[in-house]
Amino acid sequence: MNTSIKREIVIEPGSASKQYWRDLWFYRELFYFLAWRDILVRYKQTVIGIAWSIVRPVITMIIFTLVFGKLAKLPSGGVPYPILVFAGLLPWQFFSASLTASSNSLVANANMISKVYFPRIIVPASRIIVNLVDFVISILILALLMVWYKFVPDWRIMSIPVFLTLAMFASLGCSLWLGALNVKYRDISHLIPFIVQLGLYVSPVGFSSSIVPEKWRLLYSLNPMVGVIDGFRWAIIGDNVYFYLPGVLISLALTFVVFISGLKHFRKTERTFADYI
Amino acid sequence: MNAISVENLGKKYLIRHQKEPSELSDVLGVSARRIVKRLNPFVSSKRSAYREDFWALRNVCFNILEGERVGIIGRNGSGKSTLLKILSRITEPTEGRARIRGRVASLLEVGTGFHPELTGRENIYLNGAILGMSKSEIKKRFDEIVSFAEIEKFLDTPVKRYSSGMYVRLAFAVAAHLEPEILMVDEVLAVGDVQFQKKCLGKMGEIGQGSRTILFVSHNMAAISKLCNRSIWLDLGKVKQVGDTESVISMYLSQGESTSGLAKCNLGNKDIAIIREVGTLDSNGSFQANLAVNKDFYIWIKCTIMQKLSMAQIAVTVLSINGTAVFVSTHTDTKEEEQVLLPGTYTAKVRIPANFLNVGMYTLNVRIFGQLDTHMRASHANAFQVLTFRVEETGSVASRYSDSRGGVVTPILEWEIQQHPN
Repeated sequence: MNTSIKREIVIEPGSASKQYWRDLWFYRELFYFLAWRDILVRYKQTVIGIAWSIVRPVITMIIFTLVFGKLAKLPSGGVPYPILVFAGLLPWQFFSASLTASSNSLVANANMISKVYFPRIIVPASRIIVNLVDFVISILILALLMVWYKFVPDWRIMSIPVFLTLAMFASLGCSLWLGALNVKYRDISHLIPFIVQLGLYVSPVGFSSSIVPEKWRLLYSLNPMVGVIDGFRWAIIGDNVYFYLPGVLISLALTFVVFISGLKHFRKTERTFADYI
Repeated sequence: MNAISVENLGKKYLIRHQKEPSELSDVLGVSARRIVKRLNPFVSSKRSAYREDFWALRNVCFNILEGERVGIIGRNGSGKSTLLKILSRITEPTEGRARIRGRVASLLEVGTGFHPELTGRENIYLNGAILGMSKSEIKKRFDEIVSFAEIEKFLDTPVKRYSSGMYVRLAFAVAAHLEPEILMVDEVLAVGDVQFQKKCLGKMGEIGQGSRTILFVSHNMAAISKLCNRSIWLDLGKVKQVGDTESVISMYLSQGESTSGLAKCNLGNKDIAIIREVGTLDSNGSFQANLAVNKDFYIWIKCTIMQKLSMAQIAVTVLSINGTAVFVSTHTDTKEEEQVLLPGTYTAKVRIPANFLNVGMYTLNVRIFGQLDTHMRASHANAFQVLTFRVEETGSVASRYSDSRGGVVTPILEWEIQQHPN
């Protein structure tokens, strides 16, 4: 070890440490371990355990189908309503759970942050990985639904990873902003449940975005989750749903902007996390 | 080659002061008061909270060579922990610069990131990763860690069911098996039972034997003097002294603690005898509440005698902190003839030899005995538990292999040893 060339770190005020990405690579296992910890701990001391990951989306789907499909009689474009709802729930539940957990993760791990150095971005990012487990479980439920309704998806289903990636970036981007702000202003932790609750109504989860009037379409697409959810519907249900390309592109661009600006803001403030947390 | 070089390092914090809320606002609530203020055009909206800069560290400079073991000492709030936090990149300095060469591991706390729901085995991996170990490194040292922590039987029990001792042992064991080039440790040895503390200290010493650079913050002077060859004394965010550990520690002890080593008491019978002041003096003759175990020190008494006392005695009792008398000594012990004290003011001091009182806290009782003309001999001035002092470990013979060997006294005695043929 002595013979190897030792790396030198310079600690200065405002020095956006040049080794950041190298450090991130060095700590890649921590990323894995934190995700692993959160998965292991998640359903400790619960009775039904992992079944929670099944119960939640299924119940939500049933209620949405009843309220939007049966009571409000919203159009489904010939697709079984439960599948329409589930195709929207899949990305939404992933997004909302990731956003909540990830934005609060820094404060939840305050002790680690004030006692150990590591690239802080590992904490919110690993929380998003945890929610992938739920996502995979939901995909399996969807597959069962498709079997039940004898619904055969086409080749577009292969594009799910693309939209999933988009959802990951959207949730990570928002979480970087909210998480970093939450370290200093705990108002954020009160704001997040509100955002998630409201987001459910302004995103096309329980209904198809085709019911939104044409002239409001562009404005509606400013919600980045609209593009993601529409993408999922397109991939799962296929042609039957109205696929609004400009909307998806706007969502894509917006997600990109939120992610990059979030990353920048996070990098700028993370050096002071230990002082404020 | 410098492993760590620090130039003009400074760290500023903003402290917010807030005026005490008045009784009225207690009733109304602070926010209500604010609204009232805002609505009332006659009250200026000047905020009652104001901010103040506080420099936790300022103009700190030093260099640490590769392989050096350096102790950092100082009172609470002197900036030790802030320094370590900056050097381990947890927080950023406000000014100045530090250069660090080599892989750093810092240990500001044991068991950081431990999750109570996870088992011992799982926590070893998790904590190792948090401290910067790779999975293969942890795997390689896993058995060592487990046997060092002595938790073999409970490896698959969630740590929330561990006793606090087991918890700490496991946490330290993981940390002790880090293999960085530079190790920074903050007061983590102050945990666990004495037995385990010794083991930790031994392990630290072992780590220090290699070419590793160690930065060690502690209040435990014995640990510092055992582990570190050089020390830095921080005071109010500034470097007060840098040098070899022994001289820095003795300087630190000679003006460190809060009590001055002098008590003004004025106790006694006003018409006969009064004990004015009692103090402890270090080997240099200055008042000092913290005394080195391996140096002589003095107990010093100032008294005023109003009436002639025959068969007089100034007596000192040294008590251990739990109240047991360790010994009594009087100023007549070495005198054959009767002592008479005439009216006047006296100072007396008695030398307590080096390596006599063991490390610990002691209190003093002082009394003045004598006979007035035809009366019975009696005590005329009593000053009970008038002064507390501390005997500190500064690298005595006794501390060579352990922290403290126990016992009230710690004399160095003559030994003879012979080997006999079988």
